[in-house]
Amino acid sequence: MQRAFAFAVLALLSGCATPRDYTAFRARPPRSVLVLPPLNQSLDIKATYGVLSTVTKPLAEMGYYVFPVAVIDQFMKENGLPTAYEMHQVPLDKIDAIIHPDAVLYMSVDEYGTKYAILDSSTIVRLQARLVDVESGDLLWDGHVDVRVSGNSGQSGLLGAVIESAINQVVASSTDKAHEVAAQANTQLLVRPGQGLLYGPYHPKFGTDGQK
Amino acid sequence: MKPTWIVAGVGAAVLLGGCASSSNLYYWGHYEQDVYDMYIVPDKATAEKQVEDMEADFERARGAGKPVPPGFQAHLGYLYFQLGKFDLARRSFETEKANFPESAVLMDRFIQKLEG
Repeated sequence: MQRAFAFAVLALLSGCATPRDYTAFRARPPRSVLVLPPLNQSLDIKATYGVLSTVTKPLAEMGYYVFPVAVIDQFMKENGLPTAYEMHQVPLDKIDAIIHPDAVLYMSVDEYGTKYAILDSSTIVRLQARLVDVESGDLLWDGHVDVRVSGNSGQSGLLGAVIESAINQVVASSTDKAHEVAAQANTQLLVRPGQGLLYGPYHPKFGTDGQK
Repeated sequence: MKPTWIVAGVGAAVLLGGCASSSNLYYWGHYEQDVYDMYIVPDKATAEKQVEDMEADFERARGAGKPVPPGFQAHLGYLYFQLGKFDLARRSFETEKANFPESAVLMDRFIQKLEG
């Protein structure tokens, strides 16, 4: 019994443990982050904006100034950059002159959406991200995340499962379950202690984490 | 209950607490949902509808004693601009800049455009 508990505690610890090396991040800690619309490598056209619309909250709640994501997207489109791909090609010195963020977050959505099997469905959001210092071009942080949420709520019996699967499909196709999962994925990616970003200047714990 | 269990339980709770997020810094309201709707279900997020949501959120944030998030006033200003309400747009851009000086270069650019 006690061993089981020790194991449970260890499992919890490992969720927060093995911190990454924050040397580069701490050398140039950003105050402000420009998030460009993510590249979409998935098959779902909703991926870019499903992810972009859920990235501000975790970043801002970590203590960073986050440029208004939709305004930036519109502003860039009005200035001859019609897609995320073109926006990702803009040189850092130009971004610095026009918008002046400390860092740019470049993201890519590798999977986004719900897969259906006969008895179950699973919603997947898989992301990669790189945070780059605008002045030096240095990589401050990078990360990736893969969140899978099963649509099966554990109802027993074959008929129950079939009905549930059918209902889930109807609900999922009319809502976009991946949007909710994208919010979870962004939070896991950016906030997880020891793996995500360090606290930014608007957070009361700024400067207390990532010490070596 | 054996003491070791209590110790283990408290230990796990402390660890869990260490990983969990604390209460929010900002009042979020409709901001992120409106951004999503703008692109995915545009009928639900016309400029008028978003302005309505965000003006109400601003009041609720004041009631809750929390600031609105970074980008909120800039987004609202952009909506006012689209609706031709240039004085309100300018006021929002100036508020964003005052609340978050990190936005100054971009906000000045937008304000300049208003004076165009």
